[in-house]
Amino acid sequence: MADLSVNIGNLKLCNPVMTASGTFGYGKEFEDFVDLKSIGGIIVKGTTLHHREGNPYPRMAETPMGMLNAVGLQNKGVDYFVEHIYPQIKDINTNMIVNVSGSAIEDYVKTAEIINELDKIPAIELNISCPNVKQGGMAFGVSTCGCSEVVKAVRNVYKKTLIVKLSPNVTDITEIARAAEAAGADSVSLINTLLGMAIDAEKRRPLLSTITGGMSGAAVKPIALRMVWQVVKAVNIPVIGLGGIMNWKDAVEFLLAGASAIQIGTANFIDPAITVKVSEGINNYLERHGFSSVKEIIGALEV
Amino acid sequence: MKKYILDLVVTQNIQLHANYVLIKLTHVNPLPEMLPGQFAEIRIDGSNTTFLRRPISINYVDKANNEVWFLVQLVGDGTRKLATVNQGDVINVVMPLGNGFTIPQSIATMKPLLVGGGVGTAPMLMLGAELVKRGCQPTFLLGARSSKDLLQLEHFEKLGDVYTTTEDGSMGERGYVTQHSILNTNQFNMIYTCGPKPMMVSVARYAKAHEINCEVSLENMMACGVGACLCCVENTNEGHLCVCKEGPVFNIKKLLWQI
Ligand SMILES: Cc1cc2nc3c(=O)[nH]c(=O)nc-3n(C[C@H](O)[C@H](O)[C@H](O)COP(=O)(O)OP(=O)(O)OC[C@H]3O[C@@H](n4cnc5c(N)ncnc54)[C@H](O)[C@@H]3O)c2cc1C
Ligand SMILES: Cc1cc2nc3c(=O)[nH]c(=O)nc-3n(C[C@H](O)[C@H](O)[C@H](O)COP(=O)(O)O)c2cc1C
Ligand code: FES
Repeated sequence: MADLSVNIGNLKLCNPVMTASGTFGYGKEFEDFVDLKSIGGIIVKGTTLHHREGNPYPRMAETPMGMLNAVGLQNKGVDYFVEHIYPQIKDINTNMIVNVSGSAIEDYVKTAEIINELDKIPAIELNISCPNVKQGGMAFGVSTCGCSEVVKAVRNVYKKTLIVKLSPNVTDITEIARAAEAAGADSVSLINTLLGMAIDAEKRRPLLSTITGGMSGAAVKPIALRMVWQVVKAVNIPVIGLGGIMNWKDAVEFLLAGASAIQIGTANFIDPAITVKVSEGINNYLERHGFSSVKEIIGALEV
Repeated sequence: MKKYILDLVVTQNIQLHANYVLIKLTHVNPLPEMLPGQFAEIRIDGSNTTFLRRPISINYVDKANNEVWFLVQLVGDGTRKLATVNQGDVINVVMPLGNGFTIPQSIATMKPLLVGGGVGTAPMLMLGAELVKRGCQPTFLLGARSSKDLLQLEHFEKLGDVYTTTEDGSMGERGYVTQHSILNTNQFNMIYTCGPKPMMVSVARYAKAHEINCEVSLENMMACGVGACLCCVENTNEGHLCVCKEGPVFNIKKLLWQI
């Protein structure tokens, strides 16, 4: 067995496989299928300061080798999370990370402050990249000053590991990544969903209630991989890679491109036990190639 | 209820007519407990255009043969590919999912009407069988476009009285299920229904007008099937609820339908 452990800032992961926000619920939804403690980290649903009902149905559409979603950050708000969900998940023996979303800087700050008090949440992932909420969200993630402003403000109040999740819907993602690093992020994760659209030609209607939505799944992998590669070269903080990872091979590709850890999103819908299969697959790959630690392949791409 | 990822083996794939197949599957181990109204998320292998699993209701569980049945209507690439499986093929399913229909404790006084339209008759077979097992007499009202779309009648007839409607009048009364004369007799105190949305809305309207308790089984589009992604929500008096987890069966009192 190779050593699969990796670090993201002060965060120690038993293996580089994490789950992506919004695709793995609060972890509990998958406990019949996988041993949750064998996952490196679980990033729970996007959490906002106040309760959000999300967008109207229909919120999803299947697309070639992928899907669009327009969930719109449906969640019961951070107070509900603290009171009702945290007690249920705090003893899951892995890194339980909260994805913090918002539409105004004060909201991000207040939410982060509240989560900072929770002992068993060692990190937050700041979602400045959600394409599915009208004001804000992605707005912070598409400009360097927007990103810098919100990350700085949260950094001031949040003392543990701060991961900033980047939007791919920008001209140059490396600029935003550098801004996040300069503002005090411990790590960046990318990519969030790509803004997309689907139409029912027969009905002459969009398939999503919001017309446009976020694209994920196998189809986005080449774009995600390219962006991870670019960002790894641009920053000195650890990068978490995600977008279209469907199996261990995809995961290894992200590690080779320089990601220190990876997240699995949409693939959980197709195989609810994919996370453990990916870490087993990474281990087999390492053994087959004579590596004793996964750290040896991070950024080991030969060009 | 514990959910499983299972590799099931096809024992039979019966083409009921051009647009429907009945797939019977078994497993090396005893199949898990399943409730009427629950469903499975089926992985479709070998279709380039089918990325996500497909939700299909549990049609029937044949305990003696350790078999689960799925009744599948061919509507797109996924279901068309699924319909091509042969005996011995392996199908990967996640199940059982969802809540299932509510069966009251005091069943002796219950006079249930089970209304199915099109492929929505699928979960009614297992529900009917369970009601019979619990000692009550279900009545079935099944509707379809024409007689050839009325499926599994021989099984329903073994369980209780069966009334049918067809849009072309080729069997039973002509018209929609909600126009059937049996509904004028007012003898039911519980209605379960599954089928196309407009049909379920009319059934719900009838139930409400006659103050009959009524449960509907919804078929919203799904991605995860386990309550994780929030894609499949229905708007209810408790806000957006996941059809895959808090449903697919809902009491009409919970829904915000205009009825
Ligand atoms: C809980 C649940 C139980 C179901 N039980 C059964 C069952 O027992 N037997 C059965 O045949 N079908 C059932 N369905 C519907 C079935 O899941 C869809 O018909 C199937 O996903 C279509 O896949 P496809 O690839 O063939 O078609 P696609 O190519 O995905 O779609 C073809 C057409 O069908 C429509 N469609 C796709 N999915 C749905 C859906 N969920 N509801 C309504 N229309 C849809 C699309 O809008 C499109 O116009 C159920 C759905 C749910 C949510
Ligand atoms: C249904 C759904 C809901 C999502 N919700 C969130 C969210 O709340 N917060 C967030 O940062 N990302 C969210 N995402 C984006 C994923 O975390 C991930 O960035 C994206 O799906 C790409 O990875 P994948 O291709 O592996 O799914 C969501 C994705 C999906 C499919
Ligand atoms: S399909 Fe994912 S929550 Fe229902």
